[in-house]
Amino acid sequence: MPGEFINIMKNTKEIIRLEKTQKHYKMGETTVKAVDGIDITIKEGEFVAIMGPSGSGKSTSMNLVGSLDVPTKGKIFLDGEDISKLSESDLAQIRGKKIGFIFQSFNLIPNLTVKENVMLPMMFQGTSKEEREDVAEEILEKVNLEDRMDFYPNQLSGGQQQRVAIARALANDPEVILADEPTGNLDTKTGEKVMDFLKQLNSEGKTIIMVTHEPELAEAYAEKVYWLKDGKVEKVTKKKKSFAIVKEERKLFNGKGKKFGAKKERG
Amino acid sequence: MIQDYFALSFKNLKHRGIRSWLTLLGIFIGIMAVVSLISLGNGLKLGVMSQFGISSTEVISVQAGGLNSYGPPGSGVVNALTEEDAEAVGKLSSVERAVARYLSSGKLEFNDRVNFGFAVSVPDGEDRKFFYETLDADAEVGRLLEDGDLHKVVLGHNFYSDSAGFDKEIVPGKTILLQDKEFEVIGITEKKGSFILDNVVYVNNEPLKDLMDIGNEVDLIVVKVKNKDLIDKAKRDIEKLLRKRRNVKEGEEDFEVSTPESSLETVNSILGGIQAFIIVIASMSILVGSLGIVNTMTTSVLERRKDIGIMKAIGARNQDIFYNFFVEAGLMGLIGGIFGVVFGVLIGYFGTVGINSFIGASIKPEIDFIFIALVLMSSFLIGSVTGITPAMNAAQQNPVEALRG
Repeated sequence: MPGEFINIMKNTKEIIRLEKTQKHYKMGETTVKAVDGIDITIKEGEFVAIMGPSGSGKSTSMNLVGSLDVPTKGKIFLDGEDISKLSESDLAQIRGKKIGFIFQSFNLIPNLTVKENVMLPMMFQGTSKEEREDVAEEILEKVNLEDRMDFYPNQLSGGQQQRVAIARALANDPEVILADEPTGNLDTKTGEKVMDFLKQLNSEGKTIIMVTHEPELAEAYAEKVYWLKDGKVEKVTKKKKSFAIVKEERKLFNGKGKKFGAKKERG
Repeated sequence: MIQDYFALSFKNLKHRGIRSWLTLLGIFIGIMAVVSLISLGNGLKLGVMSQFGISSTEVISVQAGGLNSYGPPGSGVVNALTEEDAEAVGKLSSVERAVARYLSSGKLEFNDRVNFGFAVSVPDGEDRKFFYETLDADAEVGRLLEDGDLHKVVLGHNFYSDSAGFDKEIVPGKTILLQDKEFEVIGITEKKGSFILDNVVYVNNEPLKDLMDIGNEVDLIVVKVKNKDLIDKAKRDIEKLLRKRRNVKEGEEDFEVSTPESSLETVNSILGGIQAFIIVIASMSILVGSLGIVNTMTTSVLERRKDIGIMKAIGARNQDIFYNFFVEAGLMGLIGGIFGVVFGVLIGYFGTVGINSFIGASIKPEIDFIFIALVLMSSFLIGSVTGITPAMNAAQQNPVEALRG
């Protein structure tokens, strides 16, 4: 039953929790309270949006959620582990494994080919070259870029580059995809395609966290939206999942769906 | 993992602009100087030694006036050595034999052309054998002089290959005029690579003494010691004996006893000076090159700040970033080193060919692969060491700030 399924989803484990998290910067004499005690809880399989105008603290929140930065006060739990006190290198290992980043400006390494860009996160996890190549080819096939593997980023369109970025985000089969304004540099049509990819990933079980300043985008795709203002959570809105999404999820839950971006069994 | 760093760094290097490569000039020039110095230097040393005829390690030569007197050895010396001196030296306990040698320059005529020639005496009997051994002499065509060859000469190789200025090769069977007297050429010696030995006219002792009207004055005494370990003792014995015979005090000798070691020392000290100078220049060049790598790597860290941020975001640890830049700097040094080695070896090779054709020697360039491997390893090391600070700087970038570019 669809209702049962939603209940199961709600009972799934927390993947990220920010607890009274603060990030304050000193700028000369004044203290900038970029994030001022926010609580965010994200559960496995959710599609969450962090919304807010510029200066609202959403970029800083994204950095904290993505473990790119550590808070000045408060705690951050990733998969049950408090990461707020970890060293830079330990954080790097954890985020490389558990979080896949998608950036507004794609952020591909210009000196590396499409395939090498996708292989890179796996290199930092110590995956063998053969396996890196296999996985990269497999993922690139799924984002329909199999004929662009040996191209350099500057030879691709914006939409193609963002698909490479999505492929790269999936390389280590992370639990969370963190998308920072993923459609910001794309035209409407290409942006929709990218969002559909993210939606598909979510229906396959990936947790998606999207940072955006476009309310329409947040409301259209996310099931939970954190509205930020002046470094604080102003409100949290939730929407019930559409039946179409639930249907997709049920297929996955019953093991009938084709898993997107899945990695081959290792070992 | 280490090969991944190499692959990644190599990729980055491939996309570098010419500006980065120009900074390698210092490493390139430094390594080139060192490699060419070594491959040419040893050849040069061999060349200089063969020029002075330094080959046998058991031979001492004695001459009046010393090596520093002007003119050909023995010429114009007031108090010349005598045959009796040679005999007395031969009787010393550390000496096996002492051979008196006569060297003379005179008029040489062939093909209606007149030149000045340089004649050396060839001793008789057992001494002849020793003399040929010392010079490692052999005939290229014809034969060497033997006892009783009165109106016969053997010529150095340059007469045969027609570089002695007679416009015509001299071959065995031809007759030349030495001080207007006819001598038959019976042989040509093998090429020795020495401007002295390849231009010389060999005449037996007696005919040369008659021809040049030499009394009992001797130009050179060549001494064979009983064994190698006695060289220093023999030298001291000879000096003592000659001081007594010539009635001179220690420190005021009007003669010179030179051992192969002392000749070698002279050659070595001259070459050593040149080598030290080139090594100083090469070191300075490598130092400048290293600073160039520091500069270009520092710039590169700034230019690739965003890439560093991206790599950190997708899981690169500080050490991953460090090794990436560290290896890249090492590869830059290595590439400078490879070019330096290639050009250094080429200079060594063509330089040796040049020296060979200039002095008529047949020296081979010294190319030691172990040395080259060491040079290449050092150049990688120099590069990577100079890359440490920029690489640490890169590794310590804050990911959030680096991502902003």
